[in-house]
Parts: sequence; structure tokens; C-alpha cells
Amino acid sequence: MAQLNLPCDEAKIRALKVGDFVELSGRMITGRDAAHHWLLHGFREEVAPFMKGSLIYHVGPVVKKHEDGHYTFVAAGPTTSAREEPFQADVIGKYGLRGVIGKGGMGPKTLKGLAEHGAVYFHAVGGTAQVLAQAVVKVEQVFQLKEFGVPEALWVIQVKDFPVVVTMDSHGSSLHAEVEKASKAKLEQLLGLSA
Amino acid sequence: MLTREQWTEKFVEVIAHASSQLPPDVLAALKRGRDVEAPGSLAAKALDSILTNIEMAKGNWQPICQDTGTPLVWIHHPVGMSTRMLTAAFEEAVRQATAKQLLRPNAVDPLTDKNTGHGQAPGIPTVHCEEWDEAGLEVRLILKGGGCENVGAQYSLPNTKLKADRDLEGVRRCILDAVQQAQGKGCAPGIIGACFGGDRGSGFLESKRQLLRRLDDTNPVPELAAMENELFEQANQLGIGPMGFGGKTTVLGVKVGYLGRLPASYFVSISYMCWANRRAGARINPSGEVVWLS
Repeated sequence: MAQLNLPCDEAKIRALKVGDFVELSGRMITGRDAAHHWLLHGFREEVAPFMKGSLIYHVGPVVKKHEDGHYTFVAAGPTTSAREEPFQADVIGKYGLRGVIGKGGMGPKTLKGLAEHGAVYFHAVGGTAQVLAQAVVKVEQVFQLKEFGVPEALWVIQVKDFPVVVTMDSHGSSLHAEVEKASKAKLEQLLGLSA
Repeated sequence: MLTREQWTEKFVEVIAHASSQLPPDVLAALKRGRDVEAPGSLAAKALDSILTNIEMAKGNWQPICQDTGTPLVWIHHPVGMSTRMLTAAFEEAVRQATAKQLLRPNAVDPLTDKNTGHGQAPGIPTVHCEEWDEAGLEVRLILKGGGCENVGAQYSLPNTKLKADRDLEGVRRCILDAVQQAQGKGCAPGIIGACFGGDRGSGFLESKRQLLRRLDDTNPVPELAAMENELFEQANQLGIGPMGFGGKTTVLGVKVGYLGRLPASYFVSISYMCWANRRAGARINPSGEVVWLS
């Protein structure tokens, strides 16, 4: 399985193709619905350095706060990415992200943004919250915890051998679009709706 | 009988069970799925990861999935018990389970857009109490994640586009369409709970109650048993596969129930449950003894 260290440069991302398995190591940030609105509303200097050249992970983790004040992720699988479709391409461009980790894939606007900015969509297996929490080796810091709550806050994390698969690449290919099209044709056949 | 505090304690146990211990019938269905996918395929790898995850959650008594969902609970209680007390006891159990990280703080006040922080808000959890003639109490719980809840669907028949009339064939067409529409977004391979008839509210509720059924049971209505089998076969021909990666395992089961309808209405309500079908059931005897149900 290919290894990718974060942050990384554009060439490494351009080399990735739909169907590639990758293990990610290094630093990334988490963010979902509230975070994407917030990131686009002005430029958030405090989090920008953690995003440039790295990834945003669509996740709302279960987090344990220890007595000495440090945090660990108890459960941390991906959340549905489609909700960020209106914002994702702009967030990637604005903060220089090299990609996204999520589940369920994203639409044409994001796919275009990935090609334009040299970024990629990594799919983690939905629901595998224990496998993925184990790959989160350190929680460095957190932004907007009080304002957004635990699931929606932006957590800066270190991961090691975090398993993902490329389902949308920087060359215009999307596994999700392919499966959508093929399954629609099959449905029409099963229901006798084909023209 | 137990005090309210004691009931809360028992309910926390049921929540812990649901959150971390996947029912054996669901595990068996996932293993069957893994065995039919091509070795080395994206589908097979996704299922391998899912199976590893299930074992880890089980051993550590930690949440299978970080989205611990909406707790939906059905309680059968002896004659004369206070349903207000049971509801309050269950709500408190949700708060305690959230404090123990068995559940994620999963309730947002939509007016202020703030997370309540303790897992509970009006309508969360949803507690349904029903009296019965037994001396003990039966609790059946599902934790239903938001990703799969978002891909649920409701159809009003007739539907011209699907050529779906007001009959069982029309119902079948809607359910298959809903599976295709959901793609992998509800964390396929999913379990489909469906209800035809009822109103827009009761139909969805019954579709969720269908998710309490074991995957290997047989619908007592022969026409519906046949429909469930046919839909299971056909949904798995759609090629959506685990996570929507493509493959043969798109659904693990299809369960269909029905309710009376008005002459003017014919709804088909469909709830999609993710592969992490967190379902737990327990019989709690008057002495407080807990017997786990499958």
C-alpha cells in the first residue's frame, strides 16, 4: 500500500488515481458543516497554517478529555461529505488544501475544484470509528470547541498509517459518478423503465 | 420494582450494549458479504475493515461508529407503570451514557444552533412506551446515525416516473428506487426498513420499528416475505456495493411492514439503516435481572 506523508506537494497528489489505496501519516485538521461555513466567512489565520498542503477530514469524533487536559479520539470515522459540496472547492482553493477525507463522495463542483487546485478526495470506510481512531495518534489542539461543540470543532490531529482509498482524483475521475451511472442503468432495467 | 435511578442504570447498560456490540445476525451477514466480493477489491477491503472495527468495538466496549445516532427506544411495561417516569429515566440514561463517551454529544438546538453538550434535547431520545400484561419490562433500542437517516425517503403513490401504482408492485418499485438513490451515502451495505400505508409520520415510525427485526427472520405475511426476498436479490444486483465502491453487497436485508391508510393516501416510507445496525434488546425482570434478547 502506498504511503503519503502530510503535508505534501502537488506532484504527489497529481500522481494519485481513483482506486489507489493509501496510508496517510502526518498532520491534518478536522472540519464539517459549521467549520466549512466559518472557514469561508473571512480568512481564518489561526487555522490556515494547519491546512496548507494538508487535508481536511470530515468527521465528528467522540473525544475524551483526560484529567491533565489533553484529548484523545475515542471514535472517529468519516461523516457524509456531500453536505459540504457547495463550499468544498472554495475552501480547498482559499486555504491551499491538498484534499479531503470523507465518505460517500462529492459532486461535480468539488471534482472540478480538485482538478483546478491539484487536490484529491480520499474515502475512509464509514462507520469504522475504532479502526480510524486508533490511527489518530495525537490530538494537538482544537479550534472553535466552545462555539461549535465536540463533533463540529476543528481538531488538529496527527495520524499514522490512516487507511483511505482515492475515489475522486485530480484528473476528473470519480468512482462515485461511475457507480451512480451504472446502478441507475441497472435499476431502469429491473423496473422495465429503459427507453 | 426498581426505582427511577435503578431504571436509568439498566438503560445505560442497554445503550452500552447497542453502541458497542453488533448483533450476531448482522455480523454474519457482513461476513457473507465479504466472502462473495472479489478478493483484493475495494468492496472486500471495505468489508474487512468493517469486520476488524466490529471486533475492536466489541472488545473495548466503545462506540462502533462515532455517530451514535438518535436513540430510538420501544419499551413494553407492566400495567400501572408511569410512562413519564420511564421516559425521564431513559433521558437521564442518555445523558449519563454521553458523559461516559458511550454516546457522542449528539443533540443540537436548532434555534440557537448550539450543541446541548449532554446528548439530550426535545425529541432526542424518542421513547415509545406501550403497556403489556407481563410482569417485567422489555426494552428494544436502535441507535440510528444521521448519515443513514438523511437518505431515507417517502413516496406518495401513484408515481408516474417509476410506473408505481397503488399496489405491492408499486411498493416494490419505490423501495428499489430508494436504494439506488441512497448509493453508498447511508454507509452501505444497509438494512432497509419500509412501511406502506399510514400517514407521513406513522409510516416513517413503522419503517424504523421494522429495523428491530432480526435479519434472518421471516415476515409472517407470505406476500411480504416474498417481496423482502425479491428486493434483497434485486438491490444486490444494483452494483453499488459497500460504501458505494461497487460490488455485490449493497443491502444486508429488507424488512417491510404496513399500516392502515386513508382512501386518499398511499405512502411508502423507507428508512435506511447503516451496516452498523446498532440494535439491542433486553428483558428486565421485576427483580432487576437483565436477560439479553437477540
